[in-house]
Amino acid sequence: MTAAPAQRTPSWRRRRRRAVLWGWLFLTPLVVLFTAFSLWPIVASWWYSFFAWDGVGPPEVWVGLGNFAEALQASSFWNAFWNSFVFSLGALLVEFPLALCFALLLNSVLLRGRNLYRLALFLPVVATTAVIGLVLAIMLAPVGGVVNEALLTLGIVDRPINFLGDPDIALPTLVGIDIWKGFGITLIYWLAAIQTVPKDLYEAARLDGAGARQQLVNVTLPVVMPIAVVIFLLTFQRSLNTFELVQAVTGGGPVFATDVLPTYIYRYAFDAEMAAPRYGFACAVGVLFGLFTLIITLMQSPALAGRLRRSAS
Amino acid sequence: MTIVSPSTTVRTDPTAPPSRPNRGRASGDRRRIRWWHLFLLPFCFLWVYPFLWMISASFKSRQEMLIGGLHLWPQDWTFDNFRRAWTIGRFGEYTGNTFTFAITALVITVVTASLAGYALSAKDLPGRKIVMGVLVAAMFIPHGYTIIPVFELVNALGLQNGLLGAALAQAAPGLVVPVLLYVGFFGGVPKELGEAARVDGAGYLRTFVSVMAPLAKPVTGTVVLMSFIGSWNAFFVPLVFTLGRPDLRTLGVGMYNFFGTDTTDWTGLAAGASISVIPIVILFLFLQRTFVEGIAGAVKS
Repeated sequence: MTAAPAQRTPSWRRRRRRAVLWGWLFLTPLVVLFTAFSLWPIVASWWYSFFAWDGVGPPEVWVGLGNFAEALQASSFWNAFWNSFVFSLGALLVEFPLALCFALLLNSVLLRGRNLYRLALFLPVVATTAVIGLVLAIMLAPVGGVVNEALLTLGIVDRPINFLGDPDIALPTLVGIDIWKGFGITLIYWLAAIQTVPKDLYEAARLDGAGARQQLVNVTLPVVMPIAVVIFLLTFQRSLNTFELVQAVTGGGPVFATDVLPTYIYRYAFDAEMAAPRYGFACAVGVLFGLFTLIITLMQSPALAGRLRRSAS
Repeated sequence: MTIVSPSTTVRTDPTAPPSRPNRGRASGDRRRIRWWHLFLLPFCFLWVYPFLWMISASFKSRQEMLIGGLHLWPQDWTFDNFRRAWTIGRFGEYTGNTFTFAITALVITVVTASLAGYALSAKDLPGRKIVMGVLVAAMFIPHGYTIIPVFELVNALGLQNGLLGAALAQAAPGLVVPVLLYVGFFGGVPKELGEAARVDGAGYLRTFVSVMAPLAKPVTGTVVLMSFIGSWNAFFVPLVFTLGRPDLRTLGVGMYNFFGTDTTDWTGLAAGASISVIPIVILFLFLQRTFVEGIAGAVKS
C-alpha cells in the first residue's frame, strides 16, 4: 500500500471501503452485546408485561393491561412506590446539597489534609453495598450492637433503639445508610463540577473586590449550575436503585416497612418462597417504575438537552 | 490500617501556628478555615468507623464480642474468624468466583469498548451518528426491569451453568461510558500517526493493535479499574444468576447467604466482610486518582 493523496482514485476507494468494513467489524461486538443485553431486554420486558406468565415455556396467556391494573390497585405497590420516593427525597434533599457544601469546603487549597478528608468520605463508595450494609446491620443491632451500646453509655437513650426492626425507624435508618454509602460519589461529582470554573474568573472577581461569599454566589454557582442538573439526575437515578442495600439488610421488612420497588419486583420474579414466579406482573411493575423515572427525567429535559447536544458532538 | 490516617495526620493542625505568617487576607482565610477541622475530624472518623469496627471485630474472639465494649483494639488477636469464614463460610470459594466473574466482565468490557471506540473515532464512518446517538440516549433512558429478559437470553444461549452469562449481563449494559472514553481518546490522537503507520505498511487491524491500543493505556487503566471495582461489588446480577447454583456465588451474594443462615456468628461475618472489602479498598487506595477521575469524567463529558 502506498500513501496516495486524498483523491477519489480507485485505490482511494478501495482503501476507504476496506476501512469502513474494518470499522464495522470492530463495532460488531458492541452492537451485538448492547442490542442483546440492553436494548432488546427493554423491549422484551414491555412485551412480557402484557402476559400472565410464570417463566415456563413461552408467554401465552395475554392479559392486556391486567397486570398494570392489578399493580395500580394494590396497596403494596403504592407502599413500595412511596418508600422508593422517600429514598429519592433523602438523596436529593440531604445528600445533594450537603455534598455541595462539603465540596466547596474540600475544594479550598487553604484547607490542609483535604485529600485525606475526601478519601475518608469516599471510602464507603468502594465497599460492596450488600457486605458493608450487613456490617452496619450488626453494628445497629438492638442487643449487643455497638451503636446502641455507645448511645446507652453516653446516656443519650435509656432503651436500645431497634433501628432495623422497628417499622417506624427502619426506613429512615436505611435512607441514612444509603446516604452514607453514596455521599462520596455525589461529592466527587460536585468537586469535578467546581473544578471546571476557570481560575481567571476568580482573579477577575478578586480584582473587582469580591469577597469569598460574593465569589461563591457570583462566580462558582452560576458556572456550576448547568452541571448541577446532570448531578441531580445521576443522584436521583442512583437513589432509586436501592435494591442491594434493602434486599441485603432488611429484605423489605419489617412488615414491608422498607419495601422499595426493586425489592417488590424481585419478590414477584425470583423469591423462592412464593409458589410460582409471576414474571409478567414483575415486568409490568418494572415498566411502571421505568415510566415514573422517565417522567421525572423529562421534567428536567430542557436543561438536559443543551448538555446532551454538547456531549454528543 | 491506612484508613486511620486522616485523624493522625491533621490532628495537630488547629493549634499549630500558620506556616507562613501574615500574608494579608490569605493567611486570615487560612486561619478561619482551620476551625473546620474541629468539625471535619470527628465527622470523618464517624464516617470510616464502620470499616474500623469491621476490621477490629474480625480479629476479636467470639467471647470478647459477646461481652461487648467499645474498644477497637482486640484484647486477644485471633485468626480463627478468618479460618471459619474461609472454610465453613466458603468465602475461599466465593473469592475465586468473584475473581473469575470480575475478570471475565473486565475482559469483555475492555475488548469491546476499545474496538468500538477506535471504530467510532473515525468521523467518516457511515452509521457512526446513529450508534453514538443510541449509546448516549441509552444512558439517560430509564431501564426499568430488564433482568428477566436477560435471564431468558442467557438460558437460551445455554450459559446458565457458569459465570460467563452473568459476566455478560454485568458488562454489556455498562459499556456506554467506556466506549465514550475511548472515542474521546482516539478522537484526540493526531491523524498523522495513523497515516505514518499506513505508510509503513500497517493495515487497519495492525495500526490498532501495535500503535493505537498501546497509546490508549491511560484510558484502559481507568476502564479496567472502574469495571473491576464495579463487578467486584456487583450484587444483583450475581444473585439472580446463582440462585440455583450456590457453588457459583460471589462474595457479596455469599455474605448475604451467610447472614441468612447464621446471624449469631458476628466475628465470622466481620471476617467474611473483611475478606470481600479489604482487597478492593487497598486497590482503591493505590489507584484512587484513576478511579476518581473516571467517575468525575462521567459528569464532565
